[in-house]
Amino acid sequence: MATTLRTKTKKAKAPAASGPAKWVGQPIRRKEEDRLVRGKGIFVDDQKLTGMLHIRFVRSSYGHAKIVKVDVSKAAALPGVVCTLTGAEVKGMVKPFIEIGPDVGQKIADYPMAVDKVTFQGDPVAAVVAETRMIAEDAAELVEVEYEPLPPILSAEEALKDETLVHPEMGTNRNWHGVFEYGNVEKAFKQAAHVVHIGRLHFHRFSSTPLENNAMIAVWDSRSERIEYWSNNSFPSFAAQFLSPALGVGIDQILMKSFDIGGGFGIKITNYPYMAVCALASRKTGGLPVKWAETRTEHMQASAHGNERTFFGTRVALDKNGVITAIDSRHVDDCGAYPRYEPLGCVIWAQVLPAAYRVKNVRIDMNQVVTNKCPVGPNRGYSRMQQLWFMERVLDICGHTLGISIDEMRLRNYIRKDEMPYTTPNGCVYDSGDYAGMLALGKKLIGWDDWKKKQAAARKDGRWIGIGIGSTLDSGTNNFGQARIINNFAPFSGQSKAAIAKLDIYGEVVVSMGSVPQGQGHETTAAQVVADVLGISPDLVRVKPGFDTEQNAYTGHTGTYASQFAVAGLSAIHGAAVKLRKEMARLAAWALKAKEKDLEFGIGAQGPEVRDKRTKKSINYWGLANLVNVNNAGMPENLWDVTLNCRHVYHAPFQIPDTKRKYGNLTLTYAAQIHIAVVEVDRETFQPKILAYACVDDCGRTINPRIVEGQVHGCTAHGIGAALMENCAYDSDGNMLASTFSDYTPITAVNMPDLLYGHMESPSPFSYNGAKGMGEGGAAPVHTVCAGLQDALYSSGVIIDDSHNTGDSIFHALQRASSGGFAIMVRVEHPRASR
Amino acid sequence: MSGVEKVSVRIRVNSEPREALVEPRTLLVEFLRENLNLTGTHIGCDTTYCGACTVLLNGRTVKSCTLFAPMADGGEITTVEGLSTNGALHPVQHAFAECHGLQCGYCTPGLLLSTVHLLNKNAKPTDKQIRKAIAGNTCRCTGYQNILKAIRMASDEMGKH
Repeated sequence: MATTLRTKTKKAKAPAASGPAKWVGQPIRRKEEDRLVRGKGIFVDDQKLTGMLHIRFVRSSYGHAKIVKVDVSKAAALPGVVCTLTGAEVKGMVKPFIEIGPDVGQKIADYPMAVDKVTFQGDPVAAVVAETRMIAEDAAELVEVEYEPLPPILSAEEALKDETLVHPEMGTNRNWHGVFEYGNVEKAFKQAAHVVHIGRLHFHRFSSTPLENNAMIAVWDSRSERIEYWSNNSFPSFAAQFLSPALGVGIDQILMKSFDIGGGFGIKITNYPYMAVCALASRKTGGLPVKWAETRTEHMQASAHGNERTFFGTRVALDKNGVITAIDSRHVDDCGAYPRYEPLGCVIWAQVLPAAYRVKNVRIDMNQVVTNKCPVGPNRGYSRMQQLWFMERVLDICGHTLGISIDEMRLRNYIRKDEMPYTTPNGCVYDSGDYAGMLALGKKLIGWDDWKKKQAAARKDGRWIGIGIGSTLDSGTNNFGQARIINNFAPFSGQSKAAIAKLDIYGEVVVSMGSVPQGQGHETTAAQVVADVLGISPDLVRVKPGFDTEQNAYTGHTGTYASQFAVAGLSAIHGAAVKLRKEMARLAAWALKAKEKDLEFGIGAQGPEVRDKRTKKSINYWGLANLVNVNNAGMPENLWDVTLNCRHVYHAPFQIPDTKRKYGNLTLTYAAQIHIAVVEVDRETFQPKILAYACVDDCGRTINPRIVEGQVHGCTAHGIGAALMENCAYDSDGNMLASTFSDYTPITAVNMPDLLYGHMESPSPFSYNGAKGMGEGGAAPVHTVCAGLQDALYSSGVIIDDSHNTGDSIFHALQRASSGGFAIMVRVEHPRASR
Repeated sequence: MSGVEKVSVRIRVNSEPREALVEPRTLLVEFLRENLNLTGTHIGCDTTYCGACTVLLNGRTVKSCTLFAPMADGGEITTVEGLSTNGALHPVQHAFAECHGLQCGYCTPGLLLSTVHLLNKNAKPTDKQIRKAIAGNTCRCTGYQNILKAIRMASDEMGKH
């Protein structure tokens, strides 16, 4: 049974120019629930358009091979088939996608389908468009493709050798390299009491695998010269910026629309190559709608995986108290066959460079390589979780090696509450937080002392029980200026969000924002904010969900990613609502012959209204909207600028980072989650099992506690699944081994432990509402579960060196330990033991 | 293929007789979504793992992606669209909405039907029985915590009547 602990905080102060905070902060039921429990959500595959055709891809069964021949003649001859496309044909219709990376990265020719060779299993080589999905499937089987297999590159180590090249035009597999160095690393090592050397660590590939696969409908009508998309892409303004130059159309000709999305977690950001093919297919059919509903196997093999990172030659300097003074390490990201959205992952981790710790001297040599695996894409906790996991492994390995308990190790190294706002060595500013306080709350929740006693008793019985702590930062509202650290010429920086609040003709309050929610409850929290500004209730606010180029507000940054809706999204909505309130007040003052200062907003006998406190006269929203929209004769000229249709753009207060020093503020807010897990490894089967689990979150002021708790639960399930079950593994031939859910085994209700939940609030000084974005959660359980396993198995000589652990891998780790593997993984020196 | 002879499938869906002429290989989920336009039943994995396509066939849960439509011929099917009565939510729907037992809502229809089936045969399930009953329904958003809470709430509510 889930337990919840909350620490008390003062009621939020209402911002100026709005009503009191009545709804913000309340755990109200979501507006979204009703249509979704009735099965009335509108997902892309539910849509049927007149004349709609279906596309099916023919995909490579090889990880790396030359395409000798593609023969679509038999497929094209099948009755019901409308057209076919091959990679060679597509090459003639588009330009390669723009590349974010500099130098060699610019030499990659990334077409939406494979042209001369395939570079990962599932790479699309041809496509068939037919009247029904079944005919398209049949026809795809008739496409004959001849391959000449090439040796696949399947690990960072192999890729670094540059013996076989994934993209020969690059001349190397290394598509990005940079050194992030701060403080005085060598001096710190010379002065260290202890230096711990750690061998290879590996963060595995996984994906949060949204239950709804990628799906889209494209219509490219040559008469209107517009491409209309209905899709579940979760960053449509970014996709449009990739599609426009590739397809050779203006960005204003690309219309994006989304409604309900069946989960995304970042993975749907990079489905734009398929959007390009669907548009080309539609054009080839003369402008008919073309639908693509991805299968699960396609999703597993060829949509996107989360980043895989390998850590080499880590050195850690510590003082005699176990305080980490320096870290020196070499990290290599494997971005798969194409850097789509990448190599941004090579800088995004630096938002949390020192994690929750005070270490000042850091040198991280960051590389990214291309391999013959599925391209990676942002996945919940993107790029930061790999760094956080690395730092937590460092803390645990050093703590265990030096004989300092894992909780004490953290308390000695945590950034302290009174140091906030804290500037990290690379110029990021942690806005607020109390990590030690969160750890204390977590210990209380799980019953730390009790478990310590149980653990000691169980160890005497020969049981492997471990207690692990995971300290996680969820950096939110990113500064796109960090892309300049990757490529000095990258034409983007900052962060913005737009919203429109309007009063429609019958007085309806309508909000549009263009965010692309996938379950985060944006309709609800937006309505809570607007209800407070106007002194009404959330059920009186209609919020238009999803992206809509024609109808909803957007900027080039609009999308749902990087934990930012509570800050950037709601700031835009709040700003628009405040503008609307001001216009309504001016209008009401004229209509009621009152002074603006005497007006109050609220709900009266005739619905939402504005009234004069002195005369008690009022005008309801219909009356106000009517005056502007359809009944405006006689309105004084000084009110002609009132539109009751107010747009506001929120600009986050960012500067462009210093690209030479790789220094600057990369993110606005830092929510935190501290998790504690008790795990046991079975002595006979070596299966790990979670015995107890507690999570404490702090995301500043909460807008809706029930949504926040739900997000914490969700990120916890993803992390536990990733740590113990889910793995996008490949065999040595480049076959993706988890191409169905039965192989990938997403976590189910029988594997998921009960969660103990605690909550603290450290308001952000950098957001108008004190909130921090928190949806990603930084894969907290991956660190936590690994820490628990480390604690359970350290005395048996095992170093947890991988983020994915199963009975099988633990069995092998114990075998290696018994043959001296431990000594290879960790070595300690004591240069100046007295310090 | 298009040359294959179509077969007639008659099923009572949500208490209404429905009929369509389909290819024998038509999956039950395609029949519901494409022929009857009942799009509340979803497809998530194609391989019987995730349960987004769960419906009731003659009162028992089936994964409609793993049955050909002709196999359900003559049967009685309940989909999510058939759960409410005159617009009023079924107690299980109400409990999921009340407990925030969903986020994106894609898995929800399948979970609702698995829950209805569970509570029909076992009004007071234990925590373990609940987890087992929904083991074949994957949810990627909620971490199952609020789903378990919702099922317990529905069990309590339905027990009162």
